[in-house]
Amino acid sequence: MSKRKSDEQKGISRRSFLKTTGAAVSAGVVSGAAADLLKAQAAAQSKFAGPGEVPISLRINGAARSLSVEPRMTLLDALRDRLDLTGAKKVCDRGTCGACTVVLDGKAVYSCTMLAIEGQGHEILTIEGLAPEGELHPISAAFVENDAQQCGFCTPGFVMACKAFLDKNPNPTEEQVKHGLGGNLCRCGTYIGVRAAVVDAAARMKGGR
Amino acid sequence: MASEKWPEAGKRSLIGKRFTRLDGPWKSSGRAKYTYDVKRDGMLHGKLVFSPYAHAKIVSIDTSGVEKMPGVKAIHVITGAGKEVQYQGHEILAIAAETEEQARDAARAVKIEFEQLPHFVVDAPPEKAGERARPLAEQTTGNPDEGFKAAEVISEGTYGSPVITHCCLESHGQVAEWEGDNLRVWASTQNVSGISNEISEGLKNSGVEVPASNVQILTPVMGGGFGSKFGADTWGVACAALAKKAGRPVKMMLERDQELMAAGSRPSIYAKVRVGAKKDGTLTAWWSESWGTGGFGPGGGNPILPYIFTRVPNRRSHHTRVETNTGPARAWRAPNHPQMCVITMSAMEDLAAKLEMDPLDFFLKNLEFVVPERAEAYRQELLKGAEMIDWKKKWHPRGDKTPGPVKRGLGLSLHTWGGGGHPSNCNCTIRPDGSVEVFLGSQDLGTGTRTVIAIVAAETLGLPLNAVKVNIGDSKYPPSGASGGSTTVGGVSASTRRATTKALNELLERVAPTLGAEPDKLEAKDGTIRVIDDPSKNIPWKQACAKLGATPINASGQRVPRGADELISSGVGGIQMAEVSVDTETGIVKIEKMVAVQDCGLIINQKTAESQVFGALIMGVTYALYEEKLMDEATGRVLNADMEFYKLAGIGDVGNFAVHFMSGPGYDERGPIGLGEPPVVSPGAAISNAVANAIGARVPTIPITPDKVLAALEQKGGAA
Repeated sequence: MSKRKSDEQKGISRRSFLKTTGAAVSAGVVSGAAADLLKAQAAAQSKFAGPGEVPISLRINGAARSLSVEPRMTLLDALRDRLDLTGAKKVCDRGTCGACTVVLDGKAVYSCTMLAIEGQGHEILTIEGLAPEGELHPISAAFVENDAQQCGFCTPGFVMACKAFLDKNPNPTEEQVKHGLGGNLCRCGTYIGVRAAVVDAAARMKGGR
Repeated sequence: MASEKWPEAGKRSLIGKRFTRLDGPWKSSGRAKYTYDVKRDGMLHGKLVFSPYAHAKIVSIDTSGVEKMPGVKAIHVITGAGKEVQYQGHEILAIAAETEEQARDAARAVKIEFEQLPHFVVDAPPEKAGERARPLAEQTTGNPDEGFKAAEVISEGTYGSPVITHCCLESHGQVAEWEGDNLRVWASTQNVSGISNEISEGLKNSGVEVPASNVQILTPVMGGGFGSKFGADTWGVACAALAKKAGRPVKMMLERDQELMAAGSRPSIYAKVRVGAKKDGTLTAWWSESWGTGGFGPGGGNPILPYIFTRVPNRRSHHTRVETNTGPARAWRAPNHPQMCVITMSAMEDLAAKLEMDPLDFFLKNLEFVVPERAEAYRQELLKGAEMIDWKKKWHPRGDKTPGPVKRGLGLSLHTWGGGGHPSNCNCTIRPDGSVEVFLGSQDLGTGTRTVIAIVAAETLGLPLNAVKVNIGDSKYPPSGASGGSTTVGGVSASTRRATTKALNELLERVAPTLGAEPDKLEAKDGTIRVIDDPSKNIPWKQACAKLGATPINASGQRVPRGADELISSGVGGIQMAEVSVDTETGIVKIEKMVAVQDCGLIINQKTAESQVFGALIMGVTYALYEEKLMDEATGRVLNADMEFYKLAGIGDVGNFAVHFMSGPGYDERGPIGLGEPPVVSPGAAISNAVANAIGARVPTIPITPDKVLAALEQKGGAA
């Protein structure tokens, strides 16, 4: 609830954005005059941004980052293309596979199904923020040690899902692991390693390693 | 002189031990830069326009408005007006623009007029495929008619496996950048050394002359290939052409829908089978009429049936390729084998059930019909697997008779693969400061190739793993083959072993005077060069290398270019067993446990070898239970070109696994043999057989989805 409120205060809520685009889509199937009317109504009723680029500010890995994006740009594309934070991967681009997982206010989210403008006002953690370059976060170390990766393309998403999961479930059971990491897909078939890595990572994090 | 032969078991320092993959930290920290992650100064984004139709003629292409759209910098036509497109997703043209959004807008705005043509997209049996059916020659051995007369029990059935896709998580694609007359291409490829030529040739058609030697391919890491990434593809050439036209680097990666529509599929194979045996289970005859589609073009399998039991005395098989307007087939881990396996092992298991025989005994009995050199290994593997899964205690005749809706069952399967080694060259450089590098134009698909190369090099030089720097993923390095067919470990380990042995022998000659011994009395061990018979006479590696003065050693090694190579072998076998539970009310199949017993020669890295088998089992569970590329007959379109409805198994779907490698004497001497293909062959068959054992009815085709389970139960007349 608080999220919606804060978004609306900024004048860009997902609902109003969708409403605007929804009107534009339906305009395709009605006559020109009616379409114009609909567009005008939509414009009058909702405050909207775009279609050109708008300046936004995101808090990523503890630092404020200013950038300019089209309102339709996903958080994932903004991270990858504008900020060169390429740990989050673009795979399904439809909120299915989890390769783009980042942690937003402590919760794992698919950054491909969130608009960059929606990310404002939140604390966003990407895998690059887990540990300084050259060092390994205990979760990443557990993925290495348990060979929970092959091609590695799904791995950063798994590591971030694991981070959000372990923060809430520091002593996970196997069933909890299966459920908690069920939103990430791997094609090479590394799940056996991932299961072991999650348990190992939980131990490492408790041990302060 | 140090010998290039593989060290015996007691003398191995690193080979066969457990090592984490060298690029693991790079990947799991999110810092690894895949092709998809490459960003170059001024880089544009490319998008493909592809056919919405399964079959159509392109009447006209109008890009006049598009050229003026915001951000658009270059357009490259791949399939021009007047030509036909043969499947949904067939690439037509490519556009480069400043941002990905602009490129996508432009792609949508291109006006293409099509003349739709009749399409055919289903892999129908030959009698329903009309002129799309391409019958191949019938294969007959012995006298099948007599064989069936001699049979006391005959089983008949129809089995099969649909078209599935590769669904690489990193989609196909490239980043191309010109620097004067030189082209640099980051490519998500299984073939770093092989695609420069293809790009050079392809660009000629666009009027761009660039010799292959000026085309550098870079693939430091790549996000999965599974057989679908051997070529540059039309979009690779288009990417380079766009970059040339725009005068700026271009990144063009396929979107997920196109990845699933066009960038690789595994052919379907279905078969009507009749198989006969004596009452004691001895096979007497096999007959099969098979068909399947490899999509548009000549691809698709010509299955050799029966699989594994290729020496059944009387057999007749006939295959028909069905050409469809669907994305062309590409090699998918162990081409044809998983399909041939599910058909054969299902038919055999049905026959065993009809004979009221335990399939374990049935398969053991019929090992006389497998290639003789593998029979004993299969026997041992079957017995080992049975022990691991507790077969004799858990197996029951068809249909779990215990009360309750959830039924359990066991199934097994056998498989084989070749392996061997692809062509490979390796350079080894030992510098006077003691640092060591090896260079190979190979690639690591996630299989652990990089780590294997380091292990072989470090073993040879008597050094710790981290003392060797492995350089791969660059076409400027000595050429290695494409990573396919489980040939990589053979190729790169042979070339690396030879290059490092040669380099070592040069070093031994230089050091020999200092140690007062002949070079052939010296060895590299534990970070020293020492006298074999008197290890107390030694000098540390660094001091030994200091003897080189200012000139490094550089030595090259090759996998023997053609034919046999005594360092490596081809031909492995394995067996898998699956335990499943099936909910007869919902039709949902759950994998409880799978065991894999596999021979693969000399294991270089136990840890990544196990991961390869686990991965294969999981990919196997996925195609056994979930995967199918669904075509819509009316519109000719792919119904599930996304990852929501093209299903992959998740972490909770795969059950528990155990792996056992047949290694040691009798196996190790064969040298390393690849594991990419063999373990992915059997899961479909083992799981299908386990389901049949659980519910007492055969689900004829994979994937074994709940609706098919319920249909099989209904046809049989109720629960197990």
